[in-house]
Amino acid sequence: MATTGSDQNKAPGSTGGAVGINANENIRQPLWLLAELTYACPLQCPYCSNPMDFADIKKELTTAEWVEVFKQARAMGATQLGLSGGEPLTRPDILELIQEARNLGFYTNLITSGIGLDATKAKAFKEAGLDHIQVSFQASSEDLNNLIAGTDAFQHKIEMAKAVKAAGYPMVLCFVTHRQNIDQIDEILDLAISLDADYVELATTQYYGWAMHNRDQLMPLKEQLERAEATAHRYQEEQKGNMKIYYVVPDYYEERPKACMNGWGNVFLTVTPDGTALPCHAARELPGMELPNVRDLSIRDIWEGSNDFNRFRGFDWMKEPCRSCDEKEKDFGGCRCQAYMLTGDPAMADPVCTKSPDRHLIDEAIQRGRDEAEKTPQEAKPLVFRNPKNSKEISGL
Amino acid sequence: MTERVFNVDSVPVLALGYRFQWEPAQDCYVLLYPEGMVKLNPAAGEILKRVSEKKQTVGELIAELKAAFNGADLDDDVYQFLEEAHGNDWIRPE
Repeated sequence: MATTGSDQNKAPGSTGGAVGINANENIRQPLWLLAELTYACPLQCPYCSNPMDFADIKKELTTAEWVEVFKQARAMGATQLGLSGGEPLTRPDILELIQEARNLGFYTNLITSGIGLDATKAKAFKEAGLDHIQVSFQASSEDLNNLIAGTDAFQHKIEMAKAVKAAGYPMVLCFVTHRQNIDQIDEILDLAISLDADYVELATTQYYGWAMHNRDQLMPLKEQLERAEATAHRYQEEQKGNMKIYYVVPDYYEERPKACMNGWGNVFLTVTPDGTALPCHAARELPGMELPNVRDLSIRDIWEGSNDFNRFRGFDWMKEPCRSCDEKEKDFGGCRCQAYMLTGDPAMADPVCTKSPDRHLIDEAIQRGRDEAEKTPQEAKPLVFRNPKNSKEISGL
Repeated sequence: MTERVFNVDSVPVLALGYRFQWEPAQDCYVLLYPEGMVKLNPAAGEILKRVSEKKQTVGELIAELKAAFNGADLDDDVYQFLEEAHGNDWIRPE
């Protein structure tokens, strides 16, 4: 289950202070390995961050190849492993991968829609050493949830959230919010409370992959966000010491960009189902990427030596206004993928920044969302769901 | 002053979902939790190592640390750390 949520900014190291510098000057070690095990998924979420042409990507890494990736990343110092996708539970070797990861000492996170999970599996995964299961929800009400996910999944997710807790994991729920469900934040949080959740992440849709394609239909309105933020803060106060609620303002409504991935090639490493190594899960779509593959090169060679990972490391690649900006060490100029998608040049400042000459592109996108919201249901553009048929049509495969 | 959570008879345990381990690449003890990591200084590492290894009271924990560190007077430091760690949701009294 690949969400386009704000959790991508929350890599380890952010809480841990300075991270050791390894042999090569200025290159840190990868701390976070996101293993996108497969693009197969029973859901069709229109805000998915998977690439639009996922249907064209076939040859998945084998069990042995994944284990080798885990070993190499772990040897370089990675501590967090995200098992994601697609839906990772569609991999028949998921139990074995969990076992291997845990034996290597990873803190192992399963990021799932809950589809394909049952109480027996949750328990078996626990015994294999899985540390954490994050169950994603699309909304709080059954109808909307099923509409957004394009399938009848809601009741099962509730059962799985309970099974996760019963098996001894912390219950971590992730709700991806957007214009069509953000007004239900109080219902979402009430649901989380009734489930006795430990952590709730209200992850704002970020516009990559399918979400970018559906941006006009997903963009929340300013007044919606103000209500949502007030609600989230009220619940945060009420639930102090009980349930942790993470709420992040979507970057389009901020004045400074997010510190995307905590900096390019800094702590975060994604490996896609076919073995492509990426500095973030959206970077495949950037122009000029060489897309090194773990089948051909070691993780160390890719991390330290590849053009892709060095391309936006440090500050030398920056243009103005980033280059002379006194905040560049805080936000690294924002997101390279967002800069590219909006301005056509991945080395520009993230247009979210009000210092960027391209900020108007963000404001116009927000306005297009409002225009779209004001249309009648008959006039409004339909959401395009993430499925192989749409993938092939849109990518011209 | 907030109320103290731990006294000599309380048994501190790691909070649900937290894991403690030695990280060779970081050359320190760390606490791992869903999607995050805290690097621990040596003193914090010695305390949490004992919290994670076996269930014991704060009194027993302090006695063990004193034995390991030449009878150093560390009661106040241990209590202070435990309260901080609880404030960060790393540990809870059993």
